[in-house]
Amino acid sequence: MTWLVPLPVMMPLLGAAATLLMFRRPRVQRVISVSVLTATLAVSALLLVLSADGPLVVAVGGWPVPLGIVLVADQLATLMLVVSAAVTLCVLLYSIGQGGADGDEEHPLSVFHPTYLIMTAGVTNAFLSGDLFNLYVGFEILLAASYVLITLGGTETRIRAGTTYVVVSLLSSVIFLSGIGLVYASTGTLNMAQLVERLDALPDGTRMVLQGMLLLAFGIKAAIFPLSAWLPDSYPTAPAPVTAVFAGLLTKVGVYAIIRTETLLFPGGRVSDLLMVAALSTMLVGILGAVAQSDIKRLLSFTLVSHIGYLLFGVGLASRAGIAAAVFYTLHHIVVQTTLFLVTGLIERRGGSTALDRLGGLARAAPVLAVLFFLPALNLAGIPPFSGFLGKLGLIQAGVADGGVLAWMLVAGSAITSLLTLYALARVWNLAFWRGGADSPPAAPLKSPRLMVTPTAALVIAGAALTLAAGPLYALSDNVAGDLLARTPYVEAVLP
Amino acid sequence: MRPSIVLLIAVGVLFAAGTTLLLERTLTRVLLGVMLLGNGANLLVLASAEPGAPPIVGTADTAAMTDPLPQAMILTAIVITLGMTAFLLAVAYRSWRLSGHDEVQDDAEDRRVRELAERDEGSDAEELDADDLDAETIEEVRR
Repeated sequence: MTWLVPLPVMMPLLGAAATLLMFRRPRVQRVISVSVLTATLAVSALLLVLSADGPLVVAVGGWPVPLGIVLVADQLATLMLVVSAAVTLCVLLYSIGQGGADGDEEHPLSVFHPTYLIMTAGVTNAFLSGDLFNLYVGFEILLAASYVLITLGGTETRIRAGTTYVVVSLLSSVIFLSGIGLVYASTGTLNMAQLVERLDALPDGTRMVLQGMLLLAFGIKAAIFPLSAWLPDSYPTAPAPVTAVFAGLLTKVGVYAIIRTETLLFPGGRVSDLLMVAALSTMLVGILGAVAQSDIKRLLSFTLVSHIGYLLFGVGLASRAGIAAAVFYTLHHIVVQTTLFLVTGLIERRGGSTALDRLGGLARAAPVLAVLFFLPALNLAGIPPFSGFLGKLGLIQAGVADGGVLAWMLVAGSAITSLLTLYALARVWNLAFWRGGADSPPAAPLKSPRLMVTPTAALVIAGAALTLAAGPLYALSDNVAGDLLARTPYVEAVLP
Repeated sequence: MRPSIVLLIAVGVLFAAGTTLLLERTLTRVLLGVMLLGNGANLLVLASAEPGAPPIVGTADTAAMTDPLPQAMILTAIVITLGMTAFLLAVAYRSWRLSGHDEVQDDAEDRRVRELAERDEGSDAEELDADDLDAETIEEVRR
């Protein structure tokens, strides 16, 4: 069944080509992209089931393994694939609903669908890649598509915000490419399974340089403080569905690459301490930024940065419990953060703005919207019994089990961050939903068609369902963490 | 393997010049910086292989050939850099069309937060002179 492995990359790419050819027929474009992403979701789910028996490996083009590119679908990759495919599908439906409602049936941006599918292909390629250079290509595919999406329409604010994003991303790509050059110079291979043994043989100093280069590149993409300043500056200006999918997926691809680097390529070592310090400062700086904001989109962008700190906390612990919690938290965070940005898009349509001083009384005016915001907000803040609470509990337990000074500081830091997240989101709730009227009268509300509300509701339910499925999902994350730390299942599957 | 020192110095110069240009506010200079950085990275990848005969089957003994893999990677990277350069150029042009220049502006929200902070500082740190205050109020009333 290994022929299934390249499909999550191939299908969106072919779909992108097809939608590009059909640029004059928006309806056909929509049918193609929805069916392609549905098929991607189905294949990903199938791969998740199949990868339970061990990683599936494909040597692309039939080249012998250490020379050619390999795609590796192990449980971590397939788990991420399923969640990302589900999220991209929901966001696509939402954006189709938004396009239909805004009456751009006649003048749709014909470039949206192809670009969106290419971005999906980049994300899946990064997850499946078993080769450092192919990982770089995956990153470039998704970044190039994201440059187009973030400057969609080419308005002045988007061009300004997009410039920051593009230049910072280009810098991280150059660092990544230089890192790859150095890795190849010192080991003579870029196949991750082969790197495992060759990197172990290198002197400590060389290993440290290589690890530092890769972590720097991935750290910019994952928005880890102090490499995170670009994110709240550039995300909020993009259209709601674009911001949602960026917030949910793109930073997580960076986190995924960090998890791979830290477990497969460079396990152990002193860099874990550095990661813990970065995790603590990311959490605190991010959430203090969120508390100071008066615009929902910017506030959510800062909470996004802050919660990357949680993921890094689990990776920095480098224990089985820590990595299991980080994997579980990543899945939870992809769903919840995307949902919140989609809901913000609906708020903007209903209230005419996302500035907190111009919103008010939405709980009475739009009760469904209020419920859609309330549930993921509680989930993100980590109120029991939601999955956010379970993930944070897992991280804190892993931190306590570690018992070091840094781990205890992080336990305290994550409790504070969780409370401050609750505070920031409660402020949004009070100002936008709970209080009587706005300071200034809102603009006439735009219609929110069912096609926008339904995918959002589906994601809200999916976020809540993570609690119901938490038992098996956590067991799966634990299994993933065990395999990652053992390293042998991955290496033996690629190099039999 | 002994990398060529000339190649490494070239990489260093390209990286230094690229970084300097990247810190400029004008988009065209940023674009030049990105190009220099990209070429620096490509040279670095090239330096990771031992120099030798061109890797074309039949032209030389395989042992004397250089490693073709870095060259394949550089080809990919060059294509990517080309695409990015074209995109940045388009963004710079669009910025020039919209605002008459291609300088990157400060974020409006950032500016607002900074102004708030400055106003806050002013009221806390300096005790206003009564005369100053009067003069200010009078001026405001006049306006």
